[in-house]
Amino acid sequence: MMSEQIKKFMYVNRRAPYGTIYAWESLEVVLIGAAFDQDVSLAFMDDGIYQLVKGQDTSEVEMKNFSPTYQALGDYDVTKLYVEKESLEERGLTLEDLMPLTYEDEDDDWAEKDSIRLVSRAELADIMDEQDVLFSF
Amino acid sequence: MAIEANGKTFETDEEGYLTNLADWEPAVAEAMAAEDDLPLNDEHWEIINFLREYYEEYQIAPAVRVLTKAVGKKLGKEKGNSKYLYALFPYGPGKQACRFAGLPKPTGCI
Repeated sequence: MMSEQIKKFMYVNRRAPYGTIYAWESLEVVLIGAAFDQDVSLAFMDDGIYQLVKGQDTSEVEMKNFSPTYQALGDYDVTKLYVEKESLEERGLTLEDLMPLTYEDEDDDWAEKDSIRLVSRAELADIMDEQDVLFSF
Repeated sequence: MAIEANGKTFETDEEGYLTNLADWEPAVAEAMAAEDDLPLNDEHWEIINFLREYYEEYQIAPAVRVLTKAVGKKLGKEKGNSKYLYALFPYGPGKQACRFAGLPKPTGCI
């Protein structure tokens, strides 16, 4: 590992998953970037919330259904997925509507834990403030 | 580019990965392995099949460290390590095994 210090990277997802390439591009960058051992987190707000909604079916829009790929984030050690509470509520959704995403905590005897963390708009703003780098998709 | 297998021609990209995942059949893996001078045994097939299942579930080809961890969990610790996997696939378990399995190049392999 290089001697550079670990930086906090946050990927901010604000658009619906299908119809544009932003969500898939973001996910690919996250998975590629995960190899660099940085402190990575993802934020989902506005229509970005829809990226985590269960039961996506892309058969009629001729796009690859990459929704199952979010389940692999835990394997890539990406374990902090912040979901903005207000965006969820404004769309009439609850946590029950989102895919259950988990990771296994190596430091806690591989206990399965939730990756999704529900935070308020104000809390998310504070978390963003702590980041070294923000990527907006 | 393309590769011949089972009397058919399969289209590949410039690095030899199958263009269309759905075209894959075991003969493709055999033909690719023959080109690499690597006869496939049951242990190779176990990993190739594992990769195909991983893709089916997650829609990506795993990076090698993710593959190693996942193999260890599913097939046992003695197989979930780089030494075992590199012995089977000398050009890299991520890249070579994914290619044989008809998957794209692993996401997150640098």
